[in-house]
Amino acid sequence: MRYAFNFRDIWAQWPSIAEGIGVTLVLTTVTMVAGLTIGTLGAAGRVYGRSWLRMPLAAYVEVVRNTPLLVQLFIVFFGLPSLGVRFDAMTAALIALSVNLGAYTTEIIRAGLEAVPRAQIEAGYSLGLSGTQVFRHVVLAPAIRIVYPALTSQFVLMMLATSIVSQISAPDLFHIASIIQSRTFRDFEIYAVIALVYLALALILKLLFAAIAQIAFARR
Amino acid sequence: MIREFSIIDVYYLLLAARWTLALTGLAFLGGGLVGLLIAVLRVSPTAPLRALGAGYINVVQGIPLLAWLFVFFFGLPILAGVRVSPWIAAMVAFSIYAGAFLGDIWRGCLQAIPRQQWEAGASLGLSFAAQLRYVIVPQAVRVAIPPTVGFLVQLIKNTSLAAVIGFVELTREGQLTNSTTYRPFTVYIVVAAIYFAMCFPLTRWSRRLEGTLRVAR
Repeated sequence: MRYAFNFRDIWAQWPSIAEGIGVTLVLTTVTMVAGLTIGTLGAAGRVYGRSWLRMPLAAYVEVVRNTPLLVQLFIVFFGLPSLGVRFDAMTAALIALSVNLGAYTTEIIRAGLEAVPRAQIEAGYSLGLSGTQVFRHVVLAPAIRIVYPALTSQFVLMMLATSIVSQISAPDLFHIASIIQSRTFRDFEIYAVIALVYLALALILKLLFAAIAQIAFARR
Repeated sequence: MIREFSIIDVYYLLLAARWTLALTGLAFLGGGLVGLLIAVLRVSPTAPLRALGAGYINVVQGIPLLAWLFVFFFGLPILAGVRVSPWIAAMVAFSIYAGAFLGDIWRGCLQAIPRQQWEAGASLGLSFAAQLRYVIVPQAVRVAIPPTVGFLVQLIKNTSLAAVIGFVELTREGQLTNSTTYRPFTVYIVVAAIYFAMCFPLTRWSRRLEGTLRVAR
């Protein structure tokens, strides 16, 4: 018997798919903002902090980067409630994703901070800038520019990795796929369509980051 | 039935970690073959072949691994006409996925070798394949080892996703243990610790290789 592909049933479900895309975009955006914040603070702590600060930050980065996101998600969503800390699926997803991305961005931004020459920092001070001003304008801005490609490709990977939160039934695009699967019994078709939607999202995100780089890093 | 979480559960989790390593090994093998092909396509003198390699990398890296797993888990039965085991589906999905990342890493390593090396090979009358085989690859391998070991860490962690199509490896065994002991925090911390014990030495090794090889160059 030949398999008859049927994409019409999937097309009929487009409002659910659109909703799933919305949730995935919210997850991605919030995680990117949180990850960038954690990464900036973490990197600053790792490079300029005292040793009591550097040690736990290094441990945070290593533990997160050497364990799977899926297991981190399970610890937050299934594990923490047994210690009396309870989150709904969306909150747990956002916490796990942000903690995960934060470790990667800490490492990426740290590389950027270390690439800024000492003399440049001294030049900033000799112009009479304060410590925060030096960090903000003389160190962080060029550092972000240096690591921009690594940072944004990590963001794209993170957008794709948000699909993992479907495993704790947060209502993202991938979770919607399993709901549609149980409505239509079109296993292959729905996952093929969802895969293409992710591909389109990844492409759009890459173009967006390229456009931002054009505007932000344009020669003045 | 709920029973206590004990040392025997830790032992079973450790046994399940063997399947994580087995899947990683097979995925690395399959992905290595695909990656080699893609890396060579990316540096080939023919433009359409280069575009083909780039297209492969962009498409595979633009789709979540979870989606690849489901597409093959549900799609292979349609193509092959038989129900496939999670082993086969996972193997195929991971080979395709790892192939894109390894292909991209190794392309970078091949391109890190100065252009003049290719030209020197060409001026000796070597064909493209011979230049690659005798001049470029032996030098590129040194550059390729640290990032390849680094990717192995990604691969070990990503095999956890095979749990969702019912492949019993470390994470799935953790879920099963949790459903009988109902100690989610303890179980998943132990699971995370086992992953850490497998990944961290590789991370350290990769970083050390990076240091020593940079000095050697």
